[in-house]
Amino acid sequence: MSKGVAKSTAEPQGFSRWLLRGHSLGVFVFFYAPIVVLCIFSFNDSNAVGNWNGFTLGWYEALFDNDNIQSSIWVSVKVCVFSTVIAVVLGTAGALALERFRWWGQKAFDAVLYLPIIIPDVTMAVMMLVFFNEAAGWLDWIPGIDLQDGLEKLVLSHVAFNISFVSVVVRARLANLDASMEEAAADLYANRWQAFRRVTLPQIMPGVIGGALLAVTISLDDVVVSSFVSAVGGTPLSVFVFGMLRKGVSPLVNSVSVVMLAASMALVLASLVISRASGSEREER
Amino acid sequence: MDATTNGQHPAVELTGVSKRFGDRSGTEVTAVDDVDLTIGDGEFYSLLGPSGCGKTTTLRMIAGLELPTAGSIRIHGEEMGLRPPNKRPVNTVFQSYALFPHMSVAKNVGFGLEMRRVPQSERKALIDWAIELVEMGSMAHRKPTQLSGGQQQRVALARALVNRPEVLLLDEPLGALDLKLRHQMQVELKNLQREVGITFVYVTHDQEEAVTMSDRIAVMHDGRLLQVDTPEAIYERPTTRFVADFIGKTNFLEATVAGADEVVLANGDRLRLPSEHASGSAVAVTVRPERLTVHRRGEAPADRHTVDGRVETVTYLGNAVVYGVGVDWMHLEVRCPATLAGDRRDVGDDVTVSFEPQHAAVVTG
Repeated sequence: MSKGVAKSTAEPQGFSRWLLRGHSLGVFVFFYAPIVVLCIFSFNDSNAVGNWNGFTLGWYEALFDNDNIQSSIWVSVKVCVFSTVIAVVLGTAGALALERFRWWGQKAFDAVLYLPIIIPDVTMAVMMLVFFNEAAGWLDWIPGIDLQDGLEKLVLSHVAFNISFVSVVVRARLANLDASMEEAAADLYANRWQAFRRVTLPQIMPGVIGGALLAVTISLDDVVVSSFVSAVGGTPLSVFVFGMLRKGVSPLVNSVSVVMLAASMALVLASLVISRASGSEREER
Repeated sequence: MDATTNGQHPAVELTGVSKRFGDRSGTEVTAVDDVDLTIGDGEFYSLLGPSGCGKTTTLRMIAGLELPTAGSIRIHGEEMGLRPPNKRPVNTVFQSYALFPHMSVAKNVGFGLEMRRVPQSERKALIDWAIELVEMGSMAHRKPTQLSGGQQQRVALARALVNRPEVLLLDEPLGALDLKLRHQMQVELKNLQREVGITFVYVTHDQEEAVTMSDRIAVMHDGRLLQVDTPEAIYERPTTRFVADFIGKTNFLEATVAGADEVVLANGDRLRLPSEHASGSAVAVTVRPERLTVHRRGEAPADRHTVDGRVETVTYLGNAVVYGVGVDWMHLEVRCPATLAGDRRDVGDDVTVSFEPQHAAVVTG
């Protein structure tokens, strides 16, 4: 018996240990090197994407001077916020309906709800395009909705696919929630809304937030569906950047990407801070 | 007693209550079948039966968590109809406790008061009272996940009792606890019920639990109510074979009714036992093992009923000896207190088994 060192037998020794370390290093490099390169080259003082030619903030200046980019960022933010809020409400409601009740046509609804996750983006995009062309005349009757403006179409189509993602995430959380919890709330004089608000919602909150973050990401990310339904002058950032690339790669793309990266990281950090804060608040109660 | 008392009406009254569940394929399952029961004010009433007998469904219908397919449920004379659970004067202790994990013990207990908009000033005192009642005072600020099973059980009890319900419904609340804790909680629950004077309706499949705590027991089987009686009556005078068998160990002697107060055993022996069954119907005579005595063949006192047999097994249990006695057409179990003197029968001895007539009951075949 070797004496002394109490080491876990599961910990790899010698060569395999170095191999594993090298492997994890390799994975990190593979993941993060492109991001680092992107950030560095966004400060590159050159018109060519590939050659380093000294430091500049010029591309960020160009970004903030470019009205087209500014307006497309606004389109993205607006579409993202509206579609996420609507999708979270509808997706959570859908998850509740599927998980907590039994009704006629439920199986069919269940299958249809997840269709947008399965079908290809292009199909979804064509569907949306055709639908809006056909339905434009009908939907124009509803006050406040103007399908000539691309924004409503973008929001509606993003809601259409985001509902699925939200309800998948929320439903997973609901399935682990003891249904007798809601019965207990009802037994303790809570009406349905109070039971949902005070008992169910706080417990599925991580799922709702997770679904919302997913919806935000997918909405910001989406190129295919958005490029089909957006109107001229109302393109979201993703579509705009894609268009820029077709005209030839300009280092402006780098700075745009870094801004998007920073924004999404800020979003994730904010959600972490919020969930921490609400967690400690709950501890105090 | 207190405000929950209402002299004119029983605490809970079920009339012709049935519950049928339809499933997708169109077949219907009858969970509760035409049940009538009356639960008195301040009573500790148990619904006892094997799993799937409809006892939990019956409880859930009283709580309003299920609606009956037919029949009427009244609480202190008031028809419950389609009233949702939050509008019924009852509270439930759930089998899984169903405590809210994101709230502290005190918040959990105060939930019902908050929903009923009891003023903040009164709430505090009531919560303290309920938490003290279940001896959880030092844990008021903990989260349910930081409590043991027994402690969670107490919190669930306090959360229901704090509302001073007219009826407290308990769905196998001790099922998840270990044996020792269960025995302790049985005593505590009974004391608690006496202390608060609230009607308890208690669902359990554990006959010992029901016998220990209840004022009355309703035995259910296949959605039907078989017998409602005091624990003693259920044990000593069961009316059906199922009840006799479900509550404790017993012997069955196959018999036929020969008249209003006579039955004929399978071997032709006649016993004077009153029964309400029609002459000629097949019944069974049931006698508990501890009510039987073994004697040397022919030495049984004349005033006792007797059956001759031969000792087949002898099991020493410390405080008792259990004899397995083979009678020519069946097998009897006899449980005798162990005596220090060697008055013990051995395997192969010819014996007479005897019992007093009042210790035998005639049950449906």
